[in-house]
Amino acid sequence: MSAIKVENISKSFGKTKALDGVSFEVARGELFGLIGPDGAGKSTLFRLLTTLLNPDFGRAEVDGFDIVKEYRDIRKRVGYMPGRFSLYQDLTVEENLNFFAALFGVKVEDTYDLVAPIYRQIEPFKTRKAGKLSGGMKQKLALSCALIHRPSVLFLDEPTTGVDAVSRSEFWDMLSDLKQKGITILVSTPYMDEASRCDRIALCNEGRILSINTPKDIVSGFNSHSQNSSPNPVPTTLYAISAENMYQLLLSSRKCKGVVECYPFGEMHHLVVDETFDIECFKKELTDMKGLRIEPINPTIEDMFIKLMKQ
Amino acid sequence: MKNNFLSFVKKESLHILRDVRTMMIVLLIPVVLMILFGFAISTEVNNLDVAVVAPNRTESVRQTVDRLSRNPYFTLIDYIDNNDIDKVLRSGKANVVVLFDEDYDKLLAQRSEGIDTKPAVQFIFDASNTNLAQTGAIYLQNAIATEHSQQEMLNMHLLYNPQMKSAYNFVPGIMGLIFILICAMMTSISIVREKEVGTMEVLLVSPVRPIKIILAKMIPYFVISCINLVTILLIARYLLYIPLDGVWGGVIVMSIVYLLLSLALGLFISTVSSSQVVALLVSAMVLLLPMMMLSGMLFPLENLPMILKPLPNIVPARWYIDAIRKLMIMGLPLSAVMKELIILVIMAFVLMGISLKNFKDKLE
Repeated sequence: MSAIKVENISKSFGKTKALDGVSFEVARGELFGLIGPDGAGKSTLFRLLTTLLNPDFGRAEVDGFDIVKEYRDIRKRVGYMPGRFSLYQDLTVEENLNFFAALFGVKVEDTYDLVAPIYRQIEPFKTRKAGKLSGGMKQKLALSCALIHRPSVLFLDEPTTGVDAVSRSEFWDMLSDLKQKGITILVSTPYMDEASRCDRIALCNEGRILSINTPKDIVSGFNSHSQNSSPNPVPTTLYAISAENMYQLLLSSRKCKGVVECYPFGEMHHLVVDETFDIECFKKELTDMKGLRIEPINPTIEDMFIKLMKQ
Repeated sequence: MKNNFLSFVKKESLHILRDVRTMMIVLLIPVVLMILFGFAISTEVNNLDVAVVAPNRTESVRQTVDRLSRNPYFTLIDYIDNNDIDKVLRSGKANVVVLFDEDYDKLLAQRSEGIDTKPAVQFIFDASNTNLAQTGAIYLQNAIATEHSQQEMLNMHLLYNPQMKSAYNFVPGIMGLIFILICAMMTSISIVREKEVGTMEVLLVSPVRPIKIILAKMIPYFVISCINLVTILLIARYLLYIPLDGVWGGVIVMSIVYLLLSLALGLFISTVSSSQVVALLVSAMVLLLPMMMLSGMLFPLENLPMILKPLPNIVPARWYIDAIRKLMIMGLPLSAVMKELIILVIMAFVLMGISLKNFKDKLE
């Protein structure tokens, strides 16, 4: 039995379609990531699965319980960390933890083995008000509170948004540890670079899921001929290019033969090409570009995401 | 489970205790209002400036004027000429001019023999301040009447509040106001704050029924309101000298019912408002304004136009203030306000029922 099972679920707010026929399954003990930009419908999906909202169409199960009919059972066994920091800022770290323990009718000592690795890091500040903690510490406290009742499924809505890079990496280490303890984790993030830390990811955009796979397979799908859902699959290769005049480079390279796509990507531009592309011809066409550099690179999840979005 | 209810109450109390400024305001508002209305804002008439016109200053006229001048309610300006009446009133030197008839002594004598005569004394009031003129007229009438034989003037008795002290009128009003303010406004804001900050989402995704959390929220505010009740009653008794002997029980029972009703009202407001600002506005517009206008606290309800007459009946404060007046000022027992008590209990139950039904354990 899968821990989370979503079947063709849709949810609208007025005229806005937040979710449009989404289906996926998460196996027990899996760390599953929802990757997508703001407005992709990730938070709505979390609210549906944590039984805060009812779907318009479709159905879903969490831990074997229906999210509409058996929502009380679900509320007993899931941990939820909403996108916003949702603890009491005027209570201390310790008071927050004790309150959430009371909320779930457990004693802090009973779950301490599970919470300890995380809570120990913020324990020196236990008399500090939660509102005065740094972003990273806030997340650790929120995670501790979400774990206090030994949930079987953990829902983390953008837990690393607004957290520094070091804390983000630490946070993902914690999630890996929790996964080892058999907790199913559904986590969302707008940061594509975090996707590789998940077992499987779903790329979503505008209320739809574009692709579900392991991070590795999603990336390798970039060059494959059998790209799903595309009517005319194009085998593509990826290059990173740069020149002194980056903007002119972007415009000119888009006109070259065999170029499918060229988009800014950090300090470089990424160049997507099909099999008619010839690197020597390309260099010749852009001889007037000063300092032109071109090298083949491995696609990232973000490249895949951009490719899927265009289709 | 009882154990975790207590931790909810503790958490809620911590929220209140941590917000020292709000807590001080909540605890000090009653004291400030009581003192303000009891002393500073007073509709009693003190030091009414009196000018006297007496063409014939006989012994009895002088005696009457002398007595007026010694009365703490009046300040004698001077004897003035008949032609200066208008000038004195216009300039504001006097609030009232007392005119003694030229034949004052003769008229009094005729009266005491039972002969119907024209009035011996006339008051000319500056009625630009109606309250001052009306109350002053009664005072003056009483003061002069004692001088004369009883049958001469209308026989008037003011029961329960013979000195017409305004504190007697305002204390029940302030009680009605403060409890709604603290219970309804504060609870609704604290519930809506959880929605606004997002903690409500986490609370809902837990095995605890939301109603338990809500009830735990009400308890600290109930306790604060009880502290306020005690403060108000003590100020009323020992600072404003309202005789409360023998009516404590009735006032407390009535107030507790009203407190519970206000808490239910707060819960109801929280179910219809999505943000703290909305909750505040709803509390102010839907509670405070009608309460001030339609509870009989500021304006007599008898003055309402016919079409609006039934309206005050749905304002809880109206029944509460009515009942507290009967208990506190008239000194009646609780059995005399059964009607008000029953109406408030029914209102509390209905409101509680509606808001519990209205309270969603989902986001929409």
